[in-house]
Amino acid sequence: MSQATTAYTEELVSVAGTDLQILKAGSGQPLIVFHDEMGQHTWLRYQQALSEHFEVLIPSHPGYGKSPRLDWIMTMRDMTGWYLQAFDELGIREANVVGFSLGGWLAATIASMCPHHFKKMVLVGAAGIKPPEGEIFDMFMETASEYIKLTVADPLAVEEFSTVCPPTPSPELAEAWEVAREQSVRLSWRPYMHDPALPHLLRRASGIPTLVVWGDQDRIVPLSAGRAYKEAIPGSELAVIQGSGHRPEIEAPDEFLSTVLGFLKDG
Amino acid sequence: MFIGHFTERPYQDPKSGYFGATGLPIKDLTLSNEIYDPEVGADLYNRYLDENIYADECGFDGLMLNEHHSTPFCMGGATNVEAAILARITKNAKIVLLGNILPLWDDPLWLVEQLAMIDLISHGRLIPGWVRGTGREMVSHNIPPAYNWERFQEAHEFIVKAWTTSGPFRWEGKHYHYRYVNPWVKPYQKPHPPIWLPGVVSRDSLMWAAEKRIPYIMLATKLDPTRQAFQLYHERAAELGYKSGPQNIGYLWKVHVDETEELAEEAARKYVQGPSNPFLAGNEGTTNLALASLPGMTSRRRVLPTRHAATKYRGGVESIPYEEQIENYSITAGTPKTVLPKIRYVLETLRPGIIFFWDGDGAMTHEEQMRSLRLMKEEVIPAVREMAAELDLPGPDEVDPATGEKIKANGALVAAS
Repeated sequence: MSQATTAYTEELVSVAGTDLQILKAGSGQPLIVFHDEMGQHTWLRYQQALSEHFEVLIPSHPGYGKSPRLDWIMTMRDMTGWYLQAFDELGIREANVVGFSLGGWLAATIASMCPHHFKKMVLVGAAGIKPPEGEIFDMFMETASEYIKLTVADPLAVEEFSTVCPPTPSPELAEAWEVAREQSVRLSWRPYMHDPALPHLLRRASGIPTLVVWGDQDRIVPLSAGRAYKEAIPGSELAVIQGSGHRPEIEAPDEFLSTVLGFLKDG
Repeated sequence: MFIGHFTERPYQDPKSGYFGATGLPIKDLTLSNEIYDPEVGADLYNRYLDENIYADECGFDGLMLNEHHSTPFCMGGATNVEAAILARITKNAKIVLLGNILPLWDDPLWLVEQLAMIDLISHGRLIPGWVRGTGREMVSHNIPPAYNWERFQEAHEFIVKAWTTSGPFRWEGKHYHYRYVNPWVKPYQKPHPPIWLPGVVSRDSLMWAAEKRIPYIMLATKLDPTRQAFQLYHERAAELGYKSGPQNIGYLWKVHVDETEELAEEAARKYVQGPSNPFLAGNEGTTNLALASLPGMTSRRRVLPTRHAATKYRGGVESIPYEEQIENYSITAGTPKTVLPKIRYVLETLRPGIIFFWDGDGAMTHEEQMRSLRLMKEEVIPAVREMAAELDLPGPDEVDPATGEKIKANGALVAAS
């Protein structure tokens, strides 16, 4: 597999009272990628592949990456409210969205509030719902790199793992992880990584065609939460990727892409 | 000079398998309480209370209590319970809490009430210090570490207001909200009990103490970085236009005295053989790196010169042999005759007006602690008071930390000479 080329641009957009860092690549229908609790720091093969079909937009949520923290954002619903302002200002309506882990929680919350913003939604190992069986792994009981190791079923088997989690992270990356973890504390400390109301609110998202993607070896958010998402969003589908952990997009990129592109391009 | 006694009140259970030099390594927050023995706990709580009663009789100015959670090295999870008992059963010593972990309190009005009650029951002997807590505490009581410092500051402002302002009033803050603040208990001391702040690494905390004119006590940090940190406090005080001095700064370190050098060494070696206390630097505890650096807990940039020392000395990962701890003054042990010159060296180096002798910890027995307390009474405390007078090291009960003015015996201020 070839390395991802870096055919993207990075912008700092003034929006909704702050600056938002956005990576952009490709053209066509907009596809928003919501990054996870560790932030967006690398350009990966699956992102490049998505950009060959869509205009991929990857914002760093306020408090992550180069997007400044907004002190008043203390919950995921606060973050959702901020994004709704940003979407209005940026004219984003009926975009496709793919949300990973905490970013999946964000996408689902937006969908539960204002479903018209999304055309189709993909939730990958999404946090946000308390798993009926098992528990969401406590990321704050591990250091950044130890946590990232646990997100995949087998780091040695993942070609892009050293891109995501270098053996010796640069000081800039280590700092970016800490910045991300701090914002994730603010959003997710208690209740940990979920919102008890979300499953009830998600009925409103039933009009959005939704694909829930989960690795059956996910050690971060148990697969039971994936089933709970499928149940909470009427009409949604669940695709389980065998042998994959919390990050099928790098653990099984081919299967991930064919599943996700098949869903997004269908109809 | 204010001289205090301190022990962390370790949960000592030799049959637990993790106790002593041959114990199992323990990583923070990984030890199940399934091995907790209530008989051991009951005896130990009473032992430490008895030792504090004796320390009071021995003439210590202060009995220091601290608080940690979910760990065997400190049994003071609900420190105010111990403080309340001491308020009733001791006579003279101040009860120094270093302290309540402010950010943990979701309802600090409880703290307003509990501490005022302790102050009343003790007839004004409470010094209710605050701490910010460690990652262990944030996880145990599930408080977002990114809000630690904000919650600390807001809780402090709220508590002081509740102690000094007649109610009822409302409090609509960021982290705390009350529609009716009007506690039916007020502290004995006016305007409110003196608040002290202990610290180890955070520059924000030290600067805050200097700005609030609150005595700042460094906990078992290395001497030279500690001196540098105190200098920062004094410089900040000067910038703020007041004269700080020994009355503004304190130091806690391990001091054990005994009848012979042999007995002293036998006992003091037990500092590093206790139930996994990372603060004791040398026993079996290992730091949980994730807990030591919870996101947003303390500034990653604004740290004190003591940080490296603190990391090293509290790490347990890089435990310090007993001999080295003797060498570098981390542990001071011996007969009064050999210990006094070492105490003098610490006083000359740091010039504190508040000191705490950290004793009876690790695997030390009640008998060893009681011998040390007796010798403190007979030989150490009187000699240290003379030293402090000679070195001009007034405590906060002699010179007002907020103004630098001398305090008369009756508590009134006189102009600084």
